Amino acid sequence: MADIDDLKPGDEVPSRPPRQHRLRAGLGLVLRWEALLVVLLGATIAYGASVSPYFLQSTNLFYICLNVGEVAIMALPLTLIVITGEIDLSVASMLGLCGVAMAELFKHGWPIWPAMIAAVALGAVLGAFNGFLVTRVGLPSLAVTIGTLTLYRGIAQGILPTDTIGGFPAHLTNIGVVPIPGTHIPYSIAFFGALAIVFAIVLHATPLGRSIFAIGANQEAAFFAGIRVRRIKFWLYVLCGVLCGFAGVLWTLRFASARYDAAIGQELYVVTIVLLGGISIFGGRGTIAGVVLAVAVLGCLQTALTADLVPAQDQQIVVGALLLASVIVPNAGDLYRRARERLRSAGARRHRAAAVQAESR
Amino acid sequence: MTTIAEEKAVLEPQQRSHHVAEVLLRFRELGIVLALVLVVAGAAIVNTNFVSLTNVQQILSGAAIIALLAIGETVVIITRNVDLSVGSVLGISAYATGVLYVHHPHVSLAVVFLVALGVGVVCGVVNGAIVTIARVPSLVVTLGTLYIIRGIDGAWAGGNQVNASMLPTSFNRIGYGTLAGIPYLAIIAGVAVAIATYAMRSFRTARDFYAIGSDPPAARLAGIPVGSRVFLAFVLSGGIAGIAGAVWLSLYGSVDAIAGVGYEFQVITAVVVGGVAIFGGSGTVLGAALGALLLNTINSALDVVNISSFWTSAIAGALLIAAIAFDRLIAVRVAPALRTRRSSRG
Amino acid sequence: MTSIEPAPLLSLEHAEKSFGAVHALEDGVVDLYAGEVHGLVGENGAGKSTLVKILAGVHRPDAGRLLLDGEEAIFDNAKQSQEAGIAIIFQEPTLFPDLTVAENIFVGVQPLKRFRRIDGRRMRREAGAVFDQLGVRLDPDRVARGLSIADQQLVEIGKALTTNARVIVMDEPTAALATTEVERLFGIVEALRARGNAVLFVSHRLEEIFAICRRVTVMRDGRHILTRPTAELTVQSVIRAMVGRDMDALFPKVAAEQGPVVLKVERLTREGAFTDVSFEVRRGEIVALAGLVGAGRTEVARAIFGIDRFDAGSVEVGGRRLRPGSPTLAMAAGVGLVPEDRRQQGLVMDFSIERNVALASLDHVRRAGVIPRGAERRFAKDWALRLQLKYSKLTSPVWTLSGGNQQKVVLAKWLARQPSVLIVDEPTRGIDVGTKAEVHRLLSELAAQGVAVLMISSELPEVLGMADRILVLFEGRVTREFSRAEATEDAIMQAATGLVDQAA
Repeated sequence: MADIDDLKPGDEVPSRPPRQHRLRAGLGLVLRWEALLVVLLGATIAYGASVSPYFLQSTNLFYICLNVGEVAIMALPLTLIVITGEIDLSVASMLGLCGVAMAELFKHGWPIWPAMIAAVALGAVLGAFNGFLVTRVGLPSLAVTIGTLTLYRGIAQGILPTDTIGGFPAHLTNIGVVPIPGTHIPYSIAFFGALAIVFAIVLHATPLGRSIFAIGANQEAAFFAGIRVRRIKFWLYVLCGVLCGFAGVLWTLRFASARYDAAIGQELYVVTIVLLGGISIFGGRGTIAGVVLAVAVLGCLQTALTADLVPAQDQQIVVGALLLASVIVPNAGDLYRRARERLRSAGARRHRAAAVQAESR
Repeated sequence: MTTIAEEKAVLEPQQRSHHVAEVLLRFRELGIVLALVLVVAGAAIVNTNFVSLTNVQQILSGAAIIALLAIGETVVIITRNVDLSVGSVLGISAYATGVLYVHHPHVSLAVVFLVALGVGVVCGVVNGAIVTIARVPSLVVTLGTLYIIRGIDGAWAGGNQVNASMLPTSFNRIGYGTLAGIPYLAIIAGVAVAIATYAMRSFRTARDFYAIGSDPPAARLAGIPVGSRVFLAFVLSGGIAGIAGAVWLSLYGSVDAIAGVGYEFQVITAVVVGGVAIFGGSGTVLGAALGALLLNTINSALDVVNISSFWTSAIAGALLIAAIAFDRLIAVRVAPALRTRRSSRG
Repeated sequence: MTSIEPAPLLSLEHAEKSFGAVHALEDGVVDLYAGEVHGLVGENGAGKSTLVKILAGVHRPDAGRLLLDGEEAIFDNAKQSQEAGIAIIFQEPTLFPDLTVAENIFVGVQPLKRFRRIDGRRMRREAGAVFDQLGVRLDPDRVARGLSIADQQLVEIGKALTTNARVIVMDEPTAALATTEVERLFGIVEALRARGNAVLFVSHRLEEIFAICRRVTVMRDGRHILTRPTAELTVQSVIRAMVGRDMDALFPKVAAEQGPVVLKVERLTREGAFTDVSFEVRRGEIVALAGLVGAGRTEVARAIFGIDRFDAGSVEVGGRRLRPGSPTLAMAAGVGLVPEDRRQQGLVMDFSIERNVALASLDHVRRAGVIPRGAERRFAKDWALRLQLKYSKLTSPVWTLSGGNQQKVVLAKWLARQPSVLIVDEPTRGIDVGTKAEVHRLLSELAAQGVAVLMISSELPEVLGMADRILVLFEGRVTREFSRAEATEDAIMQAATGLVDQAA
C-alpha cells in the first residue's frame, strides 16, 4: 500500500518534503539566495561609496581584490568539501605552514620557483593527511581539522617562532603592489577568477560534480550508485591542501615576508564566504556563483569598513555576525512555520478538550 | 522454555566480552594517570627541578583554568555539540572583571565572581538560543560567536590593559596563594571537578545529556526535552567560562584584548584526550580534567627537556589527533567483541 | 444463562490514515483483552505498521477512534501513549548505546533518593527484578552498545514493564532471532500474558502465531479482513485471507529462453550474516531468494554487489571472478542492484527525477568530460516513457513522486546501464497494486531480453508468480531449492522456517 511500512519509529512522515527543500521552496523562486547576495553586494558598495569618495574608483578595485584574493582561492575547494558534508578548518594553517616552508627553503638557498613548487607540494601532503584521517581512519572531519589546524600552525610556529623571512625577488613580490598590466586587478584575484570558472564547470556540469552533490545529499545512495565516495573525499582534501599551499605562496609574496602567524584566524573568513555563498552546511547544495558573489561582498565589506576607520576587532564582529546570519536566515522560514504549527496544535488541543468537556455534560 | 545450559550458552559469550569492554572503558582514566606518571617520571629524570614544589604548583595552576573550561565543554560535547567560543568568553570575562575592579576597587569577591558568571551566562544564552531555536549547527554558531565576542572584547579594551597593580591583593592572592602547598586555583578547580563529576552521575538532567548525545532521535522519542537540555549545556559552558575568566585574571594579573585566544582548541584537546567522545554520549568530567592536567604537564615537561615552548601548539594538535584516532581504533576493535550475535536484518 | 464478556482493554475502531495521496490504512480494527496474546498478520503493505504506529501515538488517525478501558484516548505523541500504558517493542529497538541496560530501562524516570539524586542501587535492583520476572538473565550494569537484537528487545520489554504498561505490542519480534532466542521470547510472552498484560503479536511467521496466539486478526490492503480464534483456523485459511486475490492476473510471466550461466555464487560466507551460499543464475532466468526477514538475503545481495565484503567464497560474473567490496567493479562487470531501502539507498531524495535516473550512468551522459545541457533530461525522458512514469516535470525532486513511481525511477537508473545481471531487493514493497503489476511485467520483459534477474522477495505470491527457480534461505543458509513447477507456498514457508523434510 504505502511507503509507510518501512518507516522506522521517529521517521518523518513523507507527506512533507525533506527539510532542505522546504527552506528553498519557502524562500520562493524570486528570492533565490544569489539574488539576495546581489542586493547585499549593492548595499555594501553603497556603504563603501558613502564612506569614501575613492571607493568607486578603479584603483580601489585593486585593493578590494588584493585583500580578499588568497581567502577567495581557499574558499573554492572548501566549498566542494562542505558540499560533500565535511569541513576543513585547517585551511589558514596550511597557508601559513606552506608559506613558512617556502621561505625557509628560499633562505637555505633554493631558487624561488622550486621553493614555491615545494610549498604547493607540501600543501598536497598536508591535505592528504587530512583526507587520510577522515576517509581511511574514519574520524569526524570537524575534530580532525581542529587538530590539524593546531598542528600545522604549531609546526609553523616551531620552525619560525619569532622572525620573519624576507628578501624575495621583487618581480614576484610585486603581485602585492602592482596589478596585472593593463587592468586594475591583482594576480591573486585573476587566479581566483580562473579557478572559479573551472570549479563552476566541474561542479555544475560534470559527472564529478554530480557525484559531489550526491555524496552530500545522500552518501549511502551515492555509494549504492557506484560513486567512489571515499576516493572523491580524499582527493578533495588533497586539492584543498594544494590550493591552500598556493594561497600561502601568494600571501607570502604579497607581504614580501613570511611569518608563522600568516593568515591566522582567517579560517573564519573562508568559512563565512562559503556559507554566505549559499552552500548548505548540511551538504548537498550550493553554487559557485554564490561563492563568487560572497567573495565580492566580503571584499567590498572589508575595504569599506577599513575606509570607515573601523578597527580590525570590530570588523571581526561584523564578519562573525554575517556568518551567523548566513545560516540563520535559511532556517528562518522553517522557524516561522514551526512556531505557527505549535500555536495551531496548542489551539487544537484546547478546542478538543473543550469539545470533550462539552460532550461529557 | 530453554534449559539452563542453553541459556548459559547464549549468555556466556556476552559476559566475557562485556568484561573486556568494561576494562577498556575504565582504562581511559587509569590510562591518563599512567601517562601522567610516565611523563613526570621521565621529565624528573632529565631535570629534578621538574618535581620541585614551585614547578608542580605552576603546573597545577595552569591546568586549573583549562580544567575549569573543560567542565563546561565536556557537557556540551556529550550532547553532541561543540562550544568554540569558550576562549573568547574567558577573555571578555577577564577584561570585565578587571574593569570592574578599576571602577569599583572595593567591590567584594562574591560580586566579582557573580559578574564574571553573569557575563559568561549571557554568552551561553546567546549560543544556546541560536543552536536550539534557530536549529543551526553548534559548530557554525560558536565559530561565529568566537569572533563576535572576541571582537567586542577587543573593541571594548581598545589598547588598554588592566594590570595587577589595579587589582586588590585579596583577589590576586587567589592566583598565587596556596593551602598546604596546593595552589588555591588547583583546589577551586578540583572542587569544581568533583562536584561536576558527581552531579553528572547523579541527576536526571545530567543523564539526559548522555542520552541526547548517544541517540538524539531516540531521546526525543523518549520524551526528553532535547531543546532545553542543550540550551542548558551551553549556558553552563558559558557560565563556567565566565568564572574561568575571573580566575584567569587572578592568576596572570593582567589582561588586554588578547586574553584567552586559542584556549578553545586547548580545551577541546584536553576533553578528547580525557576520553570524551567527540560524537557525544560518553565520557566524564574527571577524565577531561585529567586530560587538562596531562596536557599542561607535557607542556611543562617539554620546557624542562629543552624543547622550546614554541612547539606547544604542534604537540597539542598532534595529541588531539592521536586521541581521536586512538578512540576510533579502540571502538572498531571492541565493537565485534561487544556484539554478541548478528543483529542485521535480511 | 448469559456469560458476560469482559470488555477489551484496548479497542481500535475503524481507523483510517492517509499520507497525502497514499491510503495506508482504510479500516483498522483490533480488540485486545487482558491476559491474551493476539496475533496480527498481513502482507507487506497491509497496514500493520500504520496500525501499530497509531497505537504508539506516533500517528493520529484521520478517522476512527482508539478506546482504552472503554474511554476514548487521543495521543499527541509517543510519550502520551506510553503514559497511558501502551508499550511498543519495535522491530528495530532504539536503545542508547552509551547508557547501561538499567539506565536505558529507566531513561527519564530514574528512581530518586534524597535531594533528587538518582538512586543507582535501586535502579539496578529493580531492573534485575524485572528480568527475574521474565525469567531471563541480563546484567543491568552492562553498556547497551553491542547487545544482540534479542537482548535489546529484552531491555525494551523491561522498559515496558517498569512503566506499568498494560498493552504490549511486539512488531515482528522474531525477525532477527535464532531458535533458542525465539523460545526464550515465547517464555517471556507467556509470562506477560500470565501477569494480565494484553499482548499484540505482529508477525510474518504463521506457525509462531498459531503457537502462542489465542486469536488472530488478518489485514489486507489496509483493511481488517477477519478476527477469529486460532483454534478455528488453519495456516492455509489465514494465507488465503492475507492474499485473497486471483494470483495469475497480477503476474504476467513471460516465458524466456534461458542461456548460459551469467552469475555464479560459490560458497559465499560472511560471518554472522550468511554461510556457504551457492547458486547460479542464467541469462533469461528469474531466480528468487525467498525466506523470512533476517534470513540473510539482503546481505547476500549486498555482498555480491560489493557494498559489503565477504569472508569466504567467490562471485563470478560472465565467467570472470568479481573482486569483492567494490560496487564500481560490480557495475563495470554488468551487475546492478535495486536496493531494499528505496529512500535511503535507492534515491537521492533532494535530487530531480532526471538526475536520479542518470546518477549511475554519468559517464554515458557526458561528452568531452562535460555533461551537456539537457543531456540528463533527454536520457531520463526516454526511460520515463518506457517505464510509464507518472510525473509532472523531470526537474521535480523525486520526493514528490508516489512510492510506485519512485521505484520506477530506481529501476530506470539501473536499466539505463543495460546490466547483464540485475538484483532486485523487495521490488514491489510499499507500492500500489497497479504499479506492482507494471514492475512485474518489466522484470519479465527484462528476463525475456536476456538479463539474469535475482529477485529477493518476502511476498510469496510474487515469488511463486515470477520466479523460474526459488532458493529459500533460513538463518543464512540455503535450505531448499525449488523449480517453478514444484514450488508451493506451504513448502516455501516450511523451508523458510527451517522445517525441511517434513510432510507438507
